[in-house]
Amino acid sequence: MDSFKEKDYFESLISLDYTYTAGAATSRFLEAIAEGKLIGQQCPKCGAVYVPPRGSCPRDGVPTSEEVLLRDKGCIESFTVVHIPIPGNPIEPPFVSAMIRLDGSHISFLHLIQEVPLENIRIGMRVQAVWKPEDEWTTSLENIKWFKPSGEPDVNPESLRFNPK
Amino acid sequence: MKRIGLVGYAQNRIKSDAGSANEVELIMPVVHQVLSDTNLKQEDIDFTCSGSCDYLQGAAFAFVEGLNAIQTYPPIKESHVEMDAAWALYESYLRILSGEAEIALIYGFGKSSPGNLDQIMTLQLDPYYVAPLWPDRVNLAALQANSMLQAGKLLREEMFEAVCAAAQNAKTNPNTLNMIVPTLEEYLASEMISSPLTKFDCAPISDGASAIIIASEAACKKFDLEPVWIEKIGHQVDSGNFGFRDLTLVKPVSELIKKLSLDIQKIDFIETHTQFSHEVVLMAKILNRPIPQINLSGGPLAGNVMMAAGLDAIGHAYKILRDKNSVSALAHASSGPCLQHNLLACLRSHR
Repeated sequence: MDSFKEKDYFESLISLDYTYTAGAATSRFLEAIAEGKLIGQQCPKCGAVYVPPRGSCPRDGVPTSEEVLLRDKGCIESFTVVHIPIPGNPIEPPFVSAMIRLDGSHISFLHLIQEVPLENIRIGMRVQAVWKPEDEWTTSLENIKWFKPSGEPDVNPESLRFNPK
Repeated sequence: MKRIGLVGYAQNRIKSDAGSANEVELIMPVVHQVLSDTNLKQEDIDFTCSGSCDYLQGAAFAFVEGLNAIQTYPPIKESHVEMDAAWALYESYLRILSGEAEIALIYGFGKSSPGNLDQIMTLQLDPYYVAPLWPDRVNLAALQANSMLQAGKLLREEMFEAVCAAAQNAKTNPNTLNMIVPTLEEYLASEMISSPLTKFDCAPISDGASAIIIASEAACKKFDLEPVWIEKIGHQVDSGNFGFRDLTLVKPVSELIKKLSLDIQKIDFIETHTQFSHEVVLMAKILNRPIPQINLSGGPLAGNVMMAAGLDAIGHAYKILRDKNSVSALAHASSGPCLQHNLLACLRSHR
């Protein structure tokens, strides 16, 4: 109570506990990534492949029941250089967060880019996943430590535009 | 004035725990159902509006995730209320009235099973003087029930009557949770959650989603829809400060009845958004009806999907008007603690 006397205010933090449920489709994705596999789901109408899947195509509003096995390779759709340290984040800034578009999918997800000088990172750059050791795999996208350049020729960003079937 | 009517309603079967189903998996079936019942496509919908509360999922922007259930290409006009979806219907009604849209799709969804609902609802209270004391949702309802008991405006026998009526009426509605009709002895002997409320007096924890479509008269003709007209609709809110309220009354409802010039005696039946047995008694008294005639669907005591139960009151009123030989119905939705914020909608069928 000493500190209370010294201040004319006190902090009262609110916390609530939840049992988070990922949903059927995302649960399938998480189960698969625990085995080192990347699973997407395809829209039966427009053909778009979503990864991680949410169980629906937000374009057509229909369930995406078809599962697609994806490779752990893709390209950088967009990226940002992070200079501000994030509390609790073990990575020292500056580092790069990038939107990764896996081959055969039509939506990107956020991940890290490492093993390359920052100034060399560019949109369209080909990348591949760097996995944690297999005995550390859990039901998490963090099984992939980061992505690194694969050395393949760049992709023309225009070719990433989605053409519905 | 432009006439606007309800043309479709779909409700998921309410579950006490929808398990791993996420919001998209709850919403999509009711949206598809209501579109198919009305023979409409998402392209025919001018305005889409939802009601939900991110605190229920415990995830920021969970309402945006919910939109994944809706066809959004070609691009749609869309909005959201962090309230019961009855207010999403109210917003949609105003949009149609103002000529901005002709047909609107409204949906509400909620999963109360992942968190502690009673605590979550505390966070809607005044953050300076009330919320830090952590009165939970049932404590506050009990405060209201006690005020009524002490003022001689409520008997436990009446609360028991409301509990039995809900369980009895719910038998006609396959989407409700299974309800036990207790004997008076069982009821009086059951454990208090917060005196005088027992588990029988409180709406059960529920997961689900519901959807409604409303349309202007012109759109009803164009798409050959059979409407139940929204004859009158309005909402009013009581003070956020408990000290300014008389909890033995629901002033906004009494005032709305006057403001909307509602002739309650001429209304065939009433569906209310009453989450505790004493709330049913309170509404029955204000509306001057015998308790068993309130909530023919069973009402929230038989299944209470947060952020959808008010929309469900409107949906059930529509459904009963459409299926039975009745002419008019009153639907009630509420928000905030102890029936603080109230919406009334008077519906009328062609007959």
